[in-house]
Amino acid sequence: MLKRGLAATLLLSSAPVYANDSVMQAIGDSTQWAIQTGDYANTRYSELDQINRENVGKLQVAWTFSTGVLRGHEGSPLVIDGIMYVHTPFPNNVYALDLNNEGRILWRYEPQQNPDVVGVMCCDTVNRGVAYADGMIFLHQADTTIVALDAKSGEVKWSVVNGDPTKGETNTATVLPVKDKILVGISGGEFGVRGHLTAYDMQTGEQVWRAFSTGPDEEMLVDPEQTTHLGKPIGPNSSLESWEGDQWQIGGGTTWGWYSYDPDLNLVYYGTGNPSTWNPSQRPGDNKWSMTIMARDVDTGMAKWFYQKTPHDEWDYDGVNENILVDQEIDGQMRKLLVNLDRNGFGYTLDRETGELLVAEKYDPAVNWATEVVMDPESDQYGRPQVVAEYSTAQNGEDTNTTGVCPAALGSKDQQPAAFSPKTGLFYVPTNHVCMDYEPYRVSYTAGQPYVGATLSMYPAPDSHGGMGNFIAWDATKGEIKWSLPEQFSVWSGALATAGDVVFYGTLEGHLKAIDAETGELLYRFKTPSGVIGNVMTYELNGKQYIGILSGVGGWAGIGLAAGLTNPNEGLGAVGGYAALSDYTELGGQLTVFAVPD
Amino acid sequence: MKTTLSVGAMVMCALMAGATSLASAEAAAQGTDVAVASSDGIRSFNAEDVPTFDIAEDGTVDWPTFSGYRRYQSECHVCHGPDGMGSTYAPALKDSVMRMDYYTFLEIIANGKQDVGAAQTLVMPAFGTNPNVMCYVDDIWTYLRARGSGNLDRGRPAKRADKTEEYAEVEASCME
Repeated sequence: MLKRGLAATLLLSSAPVYANDSVMQAIGDSTQWAIQTGDYANTRYSELDQINRENVGKLQVAWTFSTGVLRGHEGSPLVIDGIMYVHTPFPNNVYALDLNNEGRILWRYEPQQNPDVVGVMCCDTVNRGVAYADGMIFLHQADTTIVALDAKSGEVKWSVVNGDPTKGETNTATVLPVKDKILVGISGGEFGVRGHLTAYDMQTGEQVWRAFSTGPDEEMLVDPEQTTHLGKPIGPNSSLESWEGDQWQIGGGTTWGWYSYDPDLNLVYYGTGNPSTWNPSQRPGDNKWSMTIMARDVDTGMAKWFYQKTPHDEWDYDGVNENILVDQEIDGQMRKLLVNLDRNGFGYTLDRETGELLVAEKYDPAVNWATEVVMDPESDQYGRPQVVAEYSTAQNGEDTNTTGVCPAALGSKDQQPAAFSPKTGLFYVPTNHVCMDYEPYRVSYTAGQPYVGATLSMYPAPDSHGGMGNFIAWDATKGEIKWSLPEQFSVWSGALATAGDVVFYGTLEGHLKAIDAETGELLYRFKTPSGVIGNVMTYELNGKQYIGILSGVGGWAGIGLAAGLTNPNEGLGAVGGYAALSDYTELGGQLTVFAVPD
Repeated sequence: MKTTLSVGAMVMCALMAGATSLASAEAAAQGTDVAVASSDGIRSFNAEDVPTFDIAEDGTVDWPTFSGYRRYQSECHVCHGPDGMGSTYAPALKDSVMRMDYYTFLEIIANGKQDVGAAQTLVMPAFGTNPNVMCYVDDIWTYLRARGSGNLDRGRPAKRADKTEEYAEVEASCME
């Protein structure tokens, strides 16, 4: 498979295909919501301003749609050419709704998948939505089958299988349609899956290239002399030399987050996940290239630069969070930036052309596992977090319970994507405010079985507001929190920023909230039928702007927070002292669409 | 009395994560026996030779039950939630173990369980080939019974007995 991929790469690399015209056009029309991330840059910003800070308080529910599925609903619908495409968690149904005919169902796609896949999906059967290009809707199912559906009829044009669920390989992510390709990732870091990013031909489904996150150079699609890490060539065997023995083969580095793309640089950006197992003592070394931001040429898959955020992870700070591409001024100079708010609690700003590290600051003051990221290029610690011994689960060792580590394994932020407003220059970030105790121990690997190797317990950040989340505004040029809104639960919903100076997000209790983009002032809220872990989207139909959000509690948040958290370090008196999500919401998938009445 | 986890109970349990009073009442009605009757130097057993926990008056938890806490929080909690409390995704096992017998518990862990429906599909994978689970299945059982019978609070047990040599020996041979 790999050899075929490389051969195809050589043949295709000379063809000048520009970023997919149909996607660019669809994204360029702000009346549509054509891609899960809002645009290729992942800004989740809409030019629509009919709903604005003056009138958003009058928002009302315009219409609703039940998905018929109870599990956690992540991602959002798309709107293209007057049709809304709604997806569900497993069994991964897709509904095409005719927005000009009161949402009548034009077609539905209901895949038949082996239910065994449900048992190997860590943390709920979520799916983060479909993608659109060239008159096709692309769905990446839980069982790693990718299907291309005719956008008008729902007819299957082609399908291809990307992984093997019997080995724990599954999918939760959307796909990135770019140029003549579909880029797809893989989940299963908790099953020892070796991560990769794979490009398929958009018209045929044929595999074009596959870049593993770990292993031999040729399988990672790196050039030891040309691919850089913080400006220096990574050198030969950079991954193999950072693992003990063959652990890299079951070493994780999965790719289940969001992908962004810069058409001018022709680079795709994504993050690789945690190394397997969660017991750091079983995998000495930096475990390259897990926990890494990767910039790759879309045509060939060749890596231009890497930046490893958390070398030798000791806390499951799964580095898959989205990379948002913006052009902003730093030190008086306009720069092409990449902004990453990582699970590990540091907000990184890099030059997305070169991979130069410009800013690395904590975006939650509770973060304590590292003091800082070294910014001096002359230092041998350049770009590395300075780990605090007290919170090092590797230094404390196997069978030792390391307590009070912030953030918890779900990160200061998980996959729930942030938004960026070019009007304010700020990032709007849904965050977790949760800490943990973490006790690693030895586990053995069995294919298709969980491969975790740590016990952990989580609780709200101590000495704070008692809640488990914040919604913050972040200045990525300075690495500063502009303001922070406390939330009772982790904010597990993707944000939306609009030209109407409003920012939207959902809460685990089920509220859709609208806040002032400048001040964070709450302007509107409405309680939807279930907790929100989906992402807010907007579109315009016949001259009217709408806001849409999927409800349906679940995901990691639903598993970790349903019963409420306890703090074992505060004694028995604290047990039950924190809010339980089950006191606020129930299962159930529903789309709620809002508008300001005429 | 042998009971199996019915589909209805499983769904109810998934929906009512954290609801404990009903389960405790049922357990009492069944006269669930968690009292220690014997020990083989590795763990304790009730009068029917089913593994059980042994928690001292000062709260010291026997090693196998403490081990069960650790294994549960690693292998089970990513679906069933912390402390056997259940989640939006899977039922509260601290209650399930008070309704089902030991042998059914073993069977489900080894072979898995499926409840396929239109609105949701509940799938418990088979752990029969996974030593990280199967070598500790009795530990997980006694931990969950300690939780479900109200003898062990949420969170990490504060005091525990040390691992015995006999336990270490059996563990090592199982994990090989």
